[in-house]
Amino acid sequence: MSLITFLEVTPLVGGVLLYLLPKGNTTLIKQAAFLFSLITLGLSGWIAYKFQANSPGMQFVESHSWISNFGVRYAVGIDGLALVLILLTTILTPIVLLAGWNEAENGRWSMRTFYLLMLILESSMIAAFSATDVFLFYVIFEAMLVPVYLLIGGYGRGERAQAAMKFLLYSLFGGLLMLAAVIGIYIISTNQIGGTFDLAKLATLKIDSGTENLLFLGFFIAFAIKAPLWPFHTWLPGAAKSATPATSVLLLGVLDKVGTYGMIRFCMTLFPHATKTFTPVIIVLSIISILYGAFLAIGQRDINGLIAFTSISHFGFIVLGIFAMTSQGLSGATLYMVNHGFSTAALFLVAGWMVARRNSSQIEDFGGLQRVTPVMAWSFFIAGMSALALPGISSFVSEFLVLVGTFTRYPLAAILGTVGIVLAALYVLITVQRSLHGPITPGNEKLTDLNLRERIAIAPVIAVLILMGFFPKPVLNWINPSSHQSLQVAGYSDPLPKAGK
Amino acid sequence: MFIAPHLDYALLAPILIILGGALLGVGIEAFVRKNVRASLQLWVALLSVAASFTQLLRVRNHRSNLVAVDSFSFDGATVFMQGTILVLAFFALLLISDRGNFVAQASAIPGSEDEQSSIATGKSQSEVFPLTLFAISGMMLFPAASDLITLFVALEILSLPLYLMAGLSRRRRLLSQEAALKYFLLGAYSSAFFLFGGAFLYGYSGSLTLNGIAAAIAGSAGNDIFLLIGIVFLMVGLLFKIGAVPFHSWTPDVYQGAPTPITAFMAACTKVAAVGAMLRIFYVALAADQIQWRPIVTVISIITMLVGAIAAISQRDVKRTLAFSSIAHAGFLLIGIVALNQSGLKAALFYLVAYGFATLGAFAVVTLVRDSAGEVSDMNRWVGLGKKSPLIAGAFALFLLSFGGIPLTSGFIAKFSIFTAAYEGGNTTIVVFGVLTSAIALFFYLRVIVMLFFTEPKSDAVTVSIPSLKVTVVLAVSAIVTILLGVYPSLLLNSAQSFANLLR
Repeated sequence: MSLITFLEVTPLVGGVLLYLLPKGNTTLIKQAAFLFSLITLGLSGWIAYKFQANSPGMQFVESHSWISNFGVRYAVGIDGLALVLILLTTILTPIVLLAGWNEAENGRWSMRTFYLLMLILESSMIAAFSATDVFLFYVIFEAMLVPVYLLIGGYGRGERAQAAMKFLLYSLFGGLLMLAAVIGIYIISTNQIGGTFDLAKLATLKIDSGTENLLFLGFFIAFAIKAPLWPFHTWLPGAAKSATPATSVLLLGVLDKVGTYGMIRFCMTLFPHATKTFTPVIIVLSIISILYGAFLAIGQRDINGLIAFTSISHFGFIVLGIFAMTSQGLSGATLYMVNHGFSTAALFLVAGWMVARRNSSQIEDFGGLQRVTPVMAWSFFIAGMSALALPGISSFVSEFLVLVGTFTRYPLAAILGTVGIVLAALYVLITVQRSLHGPITPGNEKLTDLNLRERIAIAPVIAVLILMGFFPKPVLNWINPSSHQSLQVAGYSDPLPKAGK
Repeated sequence: MFIAPHLDYALLAPILIILGGALLGVGIEAFVRKNVRASLQLWVALLSVAASFTQLLRVRNHRSNLVAVDSFSFDGATVFMQGTILVLAFFALLLISDRGNFVAQASAIPGSEDEQSSIATGKSQSEVFPLTLFAISGMMLFPAASDLITLFVALEILSLPLYLMAGLSRRRRLLSQEAALKYFLLGAYSSAFFLFGGAFLYGYSGSLTLNGIAAAIAGSAGNDIFLLIGIVFLMVGLLFKIGAVPFHSWTPDVYQGAPTPITAFMAACTKVAAVGAMLRIFYVALAADQIQWRPIVTVISIITMLVGAIAAISQRDVKRTLAFSSIAHAGFLLIGIVALNQSGLKAALFYLVAYGFATLGAFAVVTLVRDSAGEVSDMNRWVGLGKKSPLIAGAFALFLLSFGGIPLTSGFIAKFSIFTAAYEGGNTTIVVFGVLTSAIALFFYLRVIVMLFFTEPKSDAVTVSIPSLKVTVVLAVSAIVTILLGVYPSLLLNSAQSFANLLR
């Protein structure tokens, strides 16, 4: 059995074991759930240590027959791209569990259910990033909606049931389109090489271009809904406003990355020609996402809504980087996925604490937090700076790589993308000014600063933000080989610099 | 001179055992004391089903279409479908035997003194068990029959007891009787159409057997107009039985009016039998004429899926919702017929099992939700059920998710395999519509789940009666099968594959 399978199963086992603990002892349940997420983190660290950065192809491979009649296999394996996203998952899960220690208290169901769902979610995200069988991936892609749905609908705030429903319906609709495409490619494989869902084998199929375009769209729309890309984003703000901070972090920080990950892993690998055909359209959509998300973020009064719209803008950058089809762009996009995960985590967690203390999520209700709660304010400030990609903080590196990678092929898109950076400065600085600086808004005088648990939870996130800003090399070492490989499969090579001519 | 026909009794035995049990049941009604009748009947029924299933297992590897002079094909599909019907019927019988679903005296006029006094005696119609067995025997014959007369006889044997049983509900007598009457009248019409179609096919081919008709089509012997008329009229009778649009209008009323265990039995087993018969007729007799009927069935399948899914959204009654959902599933099953290939047959067989168990389970839940006056199927009063009895509501949600085709439930694999078959058969349009309908259908399944779990219960809420052992068994088995076939479908897919063959 491969270590990956262990990694998938550990949180799951932990979640089930929670039900052996006494129902009333909530502290013990929380500690046990936290412990299991730490074990998972340790295991993933071990995997990262054993991972050979320079050898191409999948590592830690494991494959068993699952549904023999359809040639479905339980097949897992990771490359650099999958590894960094799995690490993102396993690092963020214990952090959100610690940060949201008391989140499950006004839920519809018990504490144990909350932690069970969280751990199931972690397990399914790891599985999604490591699946190398298209059917297996599809099943996980759909099944992981259920814990998120229950987490938003059962433990969220406000219009939680509606927001959860909207999220689920959007995702399921995308999933069904993908199902049609999955069946389509399976039939083609049946006719050509014998029915299989193996990613590597499916990549060798010869598909006529009309069919390929349709199949590409089936996958792409599903991923674009998940990512979310304009115009498929409308479920996101509601979900972000209603979910608890911990759920929001896992949803926007990690789960949505399955969308962008899928674009690289499935769209580009399986349908290289269709990818080429649709690239212009997708670049336009991503530019619209960048600008649209940024403009709407400027206008937001709700702090969670703000973070949701900044994410739409950032996902625009990620998609732009992917479809620029250059190695810098792709590496930048992958790095951006990681950085966005941490940056969103910091924003949502601190915003969550602010909201919990002030009992309001309106930006105008904050003000002068700098003086009342300096640690919380500084944390939010740094998180904000990472959202606007200040040099020296992680997001800058990735945003820079994306724009450089895009410019060599699509200069206009890169220039328009840069406008997004300016707008980012605007929405972050306006929010920082309104909520942190200025006179103390009446009602804020008695707010308490972060306690020890919250400080311990946020410290690693901020450390990563700064560390990755100065020294992204180790992560890039994992990412670069697999970016090159993905581009090679898709049949692209980097354009030569024009200045030399 | 009369030559005695050769009958292969070993292969006919599964049906004969059921018929024997039914006759024994009639005897029990006549000769045994009232107070032991019901329990004795149940045992007779369960034992005959079990014995029949055992016999079926013993002869499962025989293949012969000369069992009863060309009118009964014993092949893989027959074994699989008879087995499915028997297993589903076994659990349906457990539901039927659960207390208090049936009228004390069916002949009493609703609201009359006669009815009052019959209730006062505490009687209950235990004839329902032999009737069920008769229906089962018809259902087992229907997918195996390979000539038109046997088909018609089987159709009548399975239908007549169902008409009666639909009218036996203990509560809401008028609704139940109306349902029975409606079912009977429309059913009689559709049977007439079936017979009429059969006559035309005979006129076209000069043969009553499916193989004879196939041979006639292959040799394009007769008048093509007769053939088309024959196919269309035959189809009316069959589509009525599976509840496909435009012959579906009885379904919601009958599902609602009939006693819930009967609805469960009808929804699960009748569908297996009717789809089985359709598969045999279209795959064996009419395959060569696909250019004429495939477009028709394709369109009917699409419309059925859409109507079922859209109409379900506006329903306020759980049983009616499930009825429309079963209509939508009839549409999905028709995809398997349109596919017209080995995978289509295999997919349809798997689909029937997955759907059958989820249906039994869903209706078993319906029997449990009650207030002081009995079962409550008004959806508004199911609100917040998840809070009061999370297990029962959770099981119901599981069955709905399976109907909706969410991965890791049996419904997903069923849909996946039936779509795959249609793709393979080159029919992409129907897959696209199938996917779209799935999205619409998911909406209403999810709406019910939201109602159960995410809405606060109202004051006039219902109680969930503590399930008896029998209902618990049905619920547990349905839930386990639904999950198991979702997680590890090879268990059934392998046997569906090996049994997916029709003798020609």
